[in-house]
Amino acid sequence: MTVLLDVAEVSKRFLVAGGPGPWTRFKRRLSGGPERLPKVYAVDDVSFIIGRGETIGLVGESGCGKSTLVRVLTRLLDASSGSVKLGTREIALKPSRVFARDRDRARIQMVFQDAGESINPRFTAFAAIADPLRRLRKLRGKALKDRVEEVASQCGLPLQLLTRFPHQLSGGQRARVGIARAIAVEPDLLVLDEPTAALDVSVQVVILQLLQKLKKEFGMSYLFVSHDLSVVRLLCDRVLVMYLGKIVESGPANAVFEWPWHPYTQALVAAVPRFNDRATQRLRLKGEPTSPIDPDPNVCRFYGRCPIGARDCKTTAPALRRFGDRRVACHFAEEFVVQRVSPVHETQVKPQI
Amino acid sequence: MTAAPALAVEGLSVEFRTRIGIVRALDNVSFCVTEGETIALVGESGSGKSVTAYAVMGILDRAARVTAGRAMLGGLDLLSAKPKQLEEIRGSKIGMIFQNPRTALNPIRSVGRQIADVLIRHGNVSRRAAPAHAVEMLRAVGITDPARRAKAYPFEMSGGMCQRVMIAIAIAAKPSLLIADEPTTGLDVTTQAVIMDLISDLAKELGMATIFITHDLALAGQRSARVVVMHAGHVVEDVPTEDLFANPRHPYSAQLIAAIPDSAASLDALASIPGSMPDLRRTDLPPCRYSERCPRQIAACAQLLPRPAPGTVHFVACWNPLPKRTAPTLSAPTVSAA
Repeated sequence: MTVLLDVAEVSKRFLVAGGPGPWTRFKRRLSGGPERLPKVYAVDDVSFIIGRGETIGLVGESGCGKSTLVRVLTRLLDASSGSVKLGTREIALKPSRVFARDRDRARIQMVFQDAGESINPRFTAFAAIADPLRRLRKLRGKALKDRVEEVASQCGLPLQLLTRFPHQLSGGQRARVGIARAIAVEPDLLVLDEPTAALDVSVQVVILQLLQKLKKEFGMSYLFVSHDLSVVRLLCDRVLVMYLGKIVESGPANAVFEWPWHPYTQALVAAVPRFNDRATQRLRLKGEPTSPIDPDPNVCRFYGRCPIGARDCKTTAPALRRFGDRRVACHFAEEFVVQRVSPVHETQVKPQI
Repeated sequence: MTAAPALAVEGLSVEFRTRIGIVRALDNVSFCVTEGETIALVGESGSGKSVTAYAVMGILDRAARVTAGRAMLGGLDLLSAKPKQLEEIRGSKIGMIFQNPRTALNPIRSVGRQIADVLIRHGNVSRRAAPAHAVEMLRAVGITDPARRAKAYPFEMSGGMCQRVMIAIAIAAKPSLLIADEPTTGLDVTTQAVIMDLISDLAKELGMATIFITHDLALAGQRSARVVVMHAGHVVEDVPTEDLFANPRHPYSAQLIAAIPDSAASLDALASIPGSMPDLRRTDLPPCRYSERCPRQIAACAQLLPRPAPGTVHFVACWNPLPKRTAPTLSAPTVSAA
């Protein structure tokens, strides 16, 4: 499998609003101290690859940095550090405003969360789908119309709806417009940010099946962001689990959800409601995540909520270590690995990075 | 079930007058929840779950009109009660948890005072003692450092914490009935699990009857004893939870279950529901509002829907339901497309 997107040590930090004001900073500088501003570590040292034709799931709770990571990868935001390679080309160095006119802009496209909110309300469905084609493919007139109609029918959007505005479309139809405008320019990588979160189950099924069909037809890679683990399990080959800006576990979707190794993934999987399983004695997370503002680099991010929470966790942040085809960032990963998985994986234990 | 009904809704119909016609949002909705029981109202958006709850609480929009039906709480019909009577009941006999805790809480009042308000009005607590009681309530819903948190405003708290505050307000006066309208929509799964645990524990502890409104069938299955499935303002199936998942009889329920990603082995195994909900403004709505999407439609569907007989354990509003299996299994249901 060839690598489509190589993400290496990407970090994104934001300055905190309401930090020390200019006067405090000025005084600090006068007194010779370093002018340290508090920062939110939204994405912290994230590395992974997406292969051609692969579907990767990205899961984690709200505020863990999923959307920031996705925005950095789609080049809507600039990374603070790290590299993003599309094929062999480094794209993280170009400012996002410049990348908007880049020849590779069309290769990474995004389907935004809640198409009802993200499509320009003054654009008809036709205009919404035509916009990227006009800008990136420079299509005009008949060619534009033909292409829009072609994509619309590929996405199962009846052509008579193309003249409608978003508010005149149902949730499922809006989702189709959102997908159609993203795939119109034939991207290699389609990033989907919770595409079905606003939809009812019966409509969700149709949209997921559409996504699977499109993937087969055009051989795109997907990066699928969702908090719905059962959807991720069905759609994705591999899954990345994020917690407070870090990847804590990754591996084949089925394996990760069947035998989660990281305590956070375990809690996440245990929290998914299952109608045929009424066990109430389950793993629950207490409290709130720790603050993402200037986290202590020597403490595991999950410390405090983690049921293990040993002394090591407070003094050394666990590295993301490789176990066979999976990676886990936990000091106690071996215990779970030994417990649940055949010895094949044990022999392959080697620390990474 | 021998327990007395905590709330019995009978033949509830609600209409909305809008500029573009009358929307028949609820039609002849009947269900009942007994003391200490947890039932779930499930259905897709627009099926009338929330309207049902709002009608019972007497907080419907002014454009809405209850055209028929009763909602009996104890000996009182909530739908014909005077506003004064309802004021006494809301908060003290019925507690409600709203969908979005951030918008449902008062943004410019500290959460401690919002809880104290309920205690003073309904909980028989003096003004002076109320703040201390409010802190105790916050402790009861599992908020750490409640004394400090009581002074916080909703915007200073996370979604999960706001929801805990909502729960504290809803149960402050120890109501006998709790209505939870999508209490965990918009929360993370991990938080959802904790909040649902909290609601179930409190309901058990205080012996509250709970009506739990959700679009998540899997969550309803995990948390309730009985499920009332709604579609386009009708109750299509009212059934003990195990029976619903083992042997759904209404075609709509069966298709809803088949659409849950959780139960499927692959995406192709998931079934979608053809068509969409009928436009509820239509004057020619068929007696069964599902019939136009239904794969099992027969001639009898043009007749009025079957009504629940008194004492029915498993009610199906269908003339041609899926066959009853004699030995129900607990495995995931298989749905024939027929």
